[in-house]
Amino acid sequence: MLSKRLIVCLDVRDGKLAKSIKFINTKDIGDPVEKAREYYFDGIDELVFYDITASSEARRIMLDVVEAVAAEVFIPLSVGGGIRSVADATDLRLAGAEKINVNSAAVRRPELIAECAEAIGSQNLVLSMDIRQVPQHAGCPSGYEIVIEGGRRPMRLDALEWALRGEQLGAGELVVNSIDADGTRDGYEINLTRMLAEAVRIPVIASGGAGKPEHLLEVLETGKADAALVASMVHYGDYRVSGLKRWLHERGVKMRMSW
Amino acid sequence: MTAIIIDYDAGNLRSVARACAEVGLSAKISADWREVEKAERIIFPGVGAAPSAMRSLKGAGLDRALIEAFQAGTPTLGICLGLQISLDHSEEGGTPTLGLISGRVARFDFSDQSLKVPHMGWNEVRVTRAHALLEEIEPGDEFYFVHSYFPRPSDASVVYAETAYEDDFCCALGTDNYFGVQFHPEKSGRVGLRLLEKFAAWGGEAC
Repeated sequence: MLSKRLIVCLDVRDGKLAKSIKFINTKDIGDPVEKAREYYFDGIDELVFYDITASSEARRIMLDVVEAVAAEVFIPLSVGGGIRSVADATDLRLAGAEKINVNSAAVRRPELIAECAEAIGSQNLVLSMDIRQVPQHAGCPSGYEIVIEGGRRPMRLDALEWALRGEQLGAGELVVNSIDADGTRDGYEINLTRMLAEAVRIPVIASGGAGKPEHLLEVLETGKADAALVASMVHYGDYRVSGLKRWLHERGVKMRMSW
Repeated sequence: MTAIIIDYDAGNLRSVARACAEVGLSAKISADWREVEKAERIIFPGVGAAPSAMRSLKGAGLDRALIEAFQAGTPTLGICLGLQISLDHSEEGGTPTLGLISGRVARFDFSDQSLKVPHMGWNEVRVTRAHALLEEIEPGDEFYFVHSYFPRPSDASVVYAETAYEDDFCCALGTDNYFGVQFHPEKSGRVGLRLLEKFAAWGGEAC
């Protein structure tokens, strides 16, 4: 059977690795290529690079980062941040990205999902969603809404409705990122992850809030996620990728244990 | 020794080329049937749908070149869609395919509705029969898969490895100088690179 995946997210700003706390006050923590190589040799199952500058001049730098990583790291690479067109997606694919994440631009113009799925294949297109909890109301029956622009702008769009629409438009996978949990290290948003994982038939990657190995176990089991995304837990050296995988494996989670 | 990576507009070939470079296999991406016919070694990758892939192959004369190279004994590695197209027929769009190996390609259809299609992620490849390309795979080794269709060869003796996704399915098959894998060795870390390394040294013997 398929293994659950452990994914490390590297936020990249101007070609350097940054880690954000609640998407504000980012700070540099090293060279993304070097970190990618370190995680690869330590058994990471997939890497996500998120371009948090996403200005036009940064786009070239990001392509260089992806190209440099792809020359040395032979596992699926996923890239997101500021992707607005099929051309953005195919440029990154040629540079070596396996999967492309769309986020804000797809909320503004949902056809982007269908266009990218057609161009690069659904299996390579990830819909990344930044979500926050709100009081339930008629316009947001699930009690979770989509925010964009790095969490700054609410969109009056129900998260459950958006996930189903994204799947229907051709997204092959979902990233469920809780803005409330992101950077807190208090654990993933389990209810949100489970609600979406049970609603769609495509894989769900849980994101935001990982601080302890127990959080990963909880989101992969109770939260029904197919993959758990971590960042600061491993970036600052508190945990190692191989150690997290072994810990989960010892608790009965099917993980890839040889690499 | 240079391998030709068949370019027929079916996905990203550069990741395959990069992995070849990593294991010291010189590789050239080509859509020219003449280069395929005289290639010393062929990698036939591919991601996407069988009907459009067959149209592209035929349009470029690559279908015949692949069959001729196969008959001439050129060591050939099919990857993912490249494997599927080497069988007789794909259920995807009801497409007749190359027929290097007898069998059909079917879509996953599960009784367990919680199983997701495509089958995407890391899964164990269990070697069922020895082959030069699979020599160093150990029990528990996992490879990266992304596919909704899977091969069903008519002759069980061509099956070299299986993977479980609800049921066991054939994930590696071969006959003579042809070998095909459903997973992506170029995206499977060290175990995948080792398979490509073995392919670089393989003379095309059946096992």
